[in-house]
Amino acid sequence: MTYAGLDIGSRTIVLVEFDEGLKDFVILDTGPNPVDRCRHLLNGRIYRQVVATGYGRHLAAATLADEVVSEIRAYAVGARYLHPDCRTVIDVGGQDCKVSLLADGGEVRKFEMNDRCAAGTGRFLEVMARALDLDIAQLGDHALSADAMVSISSLCTVFAESEVVSLIARGEDSRTIALGLHDAIATRIAGMVRRVGPRERVVFAGGGALNPCLRGLLGQKIGVELTVPEQPQVVGALGAALVAKAR
Amino acid sequence: MTDYRSMWTELGLDLEKHDILLGALPGMYEGIFLSQDDRPEGMAYFDFVIGEIHGLRVKELMDHKASGGKVIGLFCVFVPEDLILAAGAIPVGLCAGTQFSVPDAEEVLPRNTCALIKSSFGFKVGRTCPYVQASDFVIGETTCDGKKKMYEILAEYHPTYVMEVPNKKTPLGRELFLEELRSLKTKLETETGVTITAERLADATALVEAKRAALRRLHNIRKARPVPISGLDALLVTQIAFYDDPARFTEKVNNLCDELEGRIARGEGVASANAPRILVSGSPMAVPNWKLHRILEDSGATVIGEESCTGTRYFGSALAENDGTLAGQLKAIADRQLETHCACFTPNDERIEDVLTLAKDWQADGVVHYTLQFCHTFANEAVKIERALAGENIPLLRIETDYSDEDMGQIKNRVDAFLKMIRG
Repeated sequence: MTYAGLDIGSRTIVLVEFDEGLKDFVILDTGPNPVDRCRHLLNGRIYRQVVATGYGRHLAAATLADEVVSEIRAYAVGARYLHPDCRTVIDVGGQDCKVSLLADGGEVRKFEMNDRCAAGTGRFLEVMARALDLDIAQLGDHALSADAMVSISSLCTVFAESEVVSLIARGEDSRTIALGLHDAIATRIAGMVRRVGPRERVVFAGGGALNPCLRGLLGQKIGVELTVPEQPQVVGALGAALVAKAR
Repeated sequence: MTDYRSMWTELGLDLEKHDILLGALPGMYEGIFLSQDDRPEGMAYFDFVIGEIHGLRVKELMDHKASGGKVIGLFCVFVPEDLILAAGAIPVGLCAGTQFSVPDAEEVLPRNTCALIKSSFGFKVGRTCPYVQASDFVIGETTCDGKKKMYEILAEYHPTYVMEVPNKKTPLGRELFLEELRSLKTKLETETGVTITAERLADATALVEAKRAALRRLHNIRKARPVPISGLDALLVTQIAFYDDPARFTEKVNNLCDELEGRIARGEGVASANAPRILVSGSPMAVPNWKLHRILEDSGATVIGEESCTGTRYFGSALAENDGTLAGQLKAIADRQLETHCACFTPNDERIEDVLTLAKDWQADGVVHYTLQFCHTFANEAVKIERALAGENIPLLRIETDYSDEDMGQIKNRVDAFLKMIRG
């Protein structure tokens, strides 16, 4: 019996298939018409239950899913499945960043999320990678190869981008700029983590967790070791699949 | 519907722009209000008032002006309506609740100003609010730095009078406010040519107190479980209180309350008895700002109260007994106005107490703290309110937003997770 979790995010769509364990997953770009893309993705696949999460969950609910859950819960459920002793979940996604504190039983007790602002999100890194003429996947390693760091004072994506442009014009090395950007975003996320009062184990998930530089800096700033799942970007869809199974 | 175009032209409205604004309202109103289940019949009057939002009431104001009366625009609950009514003038709350007028304001004001300030200012410079156009002058106040400075610029576009609201509730602060009321009284007398006598003021106060009492009655009705009226509808009633004719409004609210009390007696409600009960606290919500209530109630919660200027901060306190002299009445009005536990005061622990009391007595399962972006006073008080509520095991969700729709998805996300957390 196979269950499916569908995480329709702002940047990617993730499908997770689950039977006795995580069976398979697919990751696609969201594109301009996520519902069509999901329909295409699910075409020919038969599941006992489908649960949707992510920004597009309500769009999908009408035709494609049996139930919806918020990403906050989906990430909590997914992270607990992978790490049953998880008490704090950090999810850096495409357009937002969420930090959830879990009770001993796994229920969400408290959460923080960025307000009306792309600072501290995958989008921030994406815009900055573009400004530095890099691919988002290279950005973290590029920053890690720096031997110095410039300080980025602006956390606003728009202002930070112009700050980066002026740093480039000043002749700063792009690696030191990249490191500065990671430091700025890690500081911002760490502030949100401290607001919920993190408890160990802290699981770092979402596409942002693929970035090695962000992982290292964030762990340092919070002062705990972060656990990053093998496929951090599928944790939400996995949680949705688990909710589907529990129905 | 009556054609008001000649009236709007006379008021100097930008008709083309104004058409777009009014054109957007019916669809929006239908989707948010008329589509609700089990609406009380008494809401029909308030639907009518919204249907006539820039029509009939403006016509009444124009008729009042034609017979020699004055119309005075207000932005804030600290300005006492009774004093204005006593001068034979009509106070009217000004338009300030939509993204529509924000771009006009941003041509002049700094962008990082709160949506309420930008919206109200934009309505004046864009000439899309008939109320400000109809007003002989507006009364501003010093409740935040953004407004204070905006009024200086607004004065270049429209006659503006600013009264001072103190920062502290000390004896000195109270004396200052009372003195401000005396100055306002002189200003009103000069503008209207009417002398405010003890008798005139007592009559006006009776009208205002009856309105506030009716709103308190509605507020108390929302203690019931299941609640007999949606948060959206109750919020709408409070919003309309700022510009409708007070006597007629009071009667309609009391009629609505009669109906709702019947519902309670029969155990009828608009939401199931186990829907999460949410208290909303924070920045004011001017018409047509229904964003947060809409998300909450669409997500299965029911809003049971607003600790807000469009809520308890407006109608929460009643006038104390006084000796009936003009001085005695003014003092009582000053005291009543200063019972508004606005975040402009420091310290303002009374507001924290209010939120705790409302959350407990109205059996709220959670509190949503609503802050307009760039409203620093309320954003900071949210920290203390969250701590106080945590001590009572009442969860709080902080929402910071503006009037645009771009973050609806994010807010919905958070609300869903919050409600899930409450339901367990």
